Amino acid sequence: MILSIKDIKKSFGEQNVLNGISLDVEKGDVVALLGPSGSGKTTLLRCMNCLETPDSGVMEFAGNSYNLSALSSREKASIRKRTGFVFQNFNLFRNKTALENVTEGLIVVRKMNRKEAVEKAEETLEKVGMASWASHYPFELSGGQQQRVAIARAIAADPEIVYFDEPTSALDPELAGEVLSVMKMLAEEGMTMVVVTHAMDFARNVSKHVIFMEHGVVVERGKTEKLFSDPEEERTRAFLRLEEI
Amino acid sequence: MLSERVLGILSDSFFRILIPGLTVTIPLTVISFSLALVIAIIVALIQFAKVKILKDIARFYVWVIRGTPLLVQLFVVFYGLPNVGILIDPFPAAVIVFAINEGAYCAETIRAGLEAVPYGQMEAGECVGMSYMQIMRRILLPQALRISFPTLANSVISMIKDTSLAANITVTEMFMATQRIVARTYEPLALYIEVGLIYLVFCTVLTRLQRYGEKKLGRYRI
Repeated sequence: MILSIKDIKKSFGEQNVLNGISLDVEKGDVVALLGPSGSGKTTLLRCMNCLETPDSGVMEFAGNSYNLSALSSREKASIRKRTGFVFQNFNLFRNKTALENVTEGLIVVRKMNRKEAVEKAEETLEKVGMASWASHYPFELSGGQQQRVAIARAIAADPEIVYFDEPTSALDPELAGEVLSVMKMLAEEGMTMVVVTHAMDFARNVSKHVIFMEHGVVVERGKTEKLFSDPEEERTRAFLRLEEI
Repeated sequence: MLSERVLGILSDSFFRILIPGLTVTIPLTVISFSLALVIAIIVALIQFAKVKILKDIARFYVWVIRGTPLLVQLFVVFYGLPNVGILIDPFPAAVIVFAINEGAYCAETIRAGLEAVPYGQMEAGECVGMSYMQIMRRILLPQALRISFPTLANSVISMIKDTSLAANITVTEMFMATQRIVARTYEPLALYIEVGLIYLVFCTVLTRLQRYGEKKLGRYRI
């Protein structure tokens, strides 16, 4: 088990967003987090990478135990050093080229020397099909290209796990396709991934496990084939039916 | 109106006005503005980071400086402080006042720049594992300064003209040099227009520099 989360709770004021979520992720697993908007998927993902502080919750990750509601900055740094995060709206550093977006963390956080970092970044950009765009700034790239660079940035330092927060929701179907194929390739290489998504094809064909959430609780979870072909819960069935349309 | 006498005075005085412009007005502007930028960045960072007590101090500073006339500030430092035993020479006194004064305005400009950078840039930096200061120095501040650049250039242009106020605390900059020639020749109209035109030339150069700077910075877009 690379990641195990116990009983995350989070509210924004009166609004309970996460009502005690637990989750286990094996090494090499690809977990799709599904659910209607407002079900808490994104908040859950953000809690796992310390972008939000939950009211309570414990995380076992890479052999360490963390109290997510009271992380020191040292603990946050140690979590983030081993994780990658891909945002819905890419969030590439706008003042850095594609290459610099990838080398930034390698040089500043991982203290690699520049030459090594550039080699590693070029290799990673190659992998996502963006090598020939290395010297371009984000504003010169299409959304799909930006997202592929963002994926390169997230995986360049060989993280133990990569989180994807609706990585294709801001893209048209064609651009989404190029991003999804990169993610599929990563999954096939054995990258551990947790993906919040509305891309049902990806969830169905690439993910190994699916967690279906609503109102801050897990409604149903299981192996992908099982959950798609024969969901236990009526609510899951209804959601999948709607998403198919 | 432009008699030979006036033309003679104008050409004789030209270098006597220009030289203090180059040796006093411009250095005063450059030194003061550089210090103002340092102050402004520190004050903007304090306000942006929302550190309680420091933030209150920063806001107090901006409040007082923006709420009192520059001329009064010059007089307080140069004529007032000797009362408590602090004597400062005219030029350094002017530098101190201009830097502190401009710092308050530029702090607001840079703070607005920082707040204009989308929050996702900060989060992306965090997710890469960078510390707050690393993100600030390498990601947020460069973008904020890029956003603030036209307004900051505006401030320099404004400041080079404000340095004429330093004449009031005996700094022999361009305007004071002109006043002295006027006192001798009784040709205020021609001479004050002449110094005005020199200021105009200085500002034109700065405007060109601003455009050039914007083009240079334009490699990436915000």
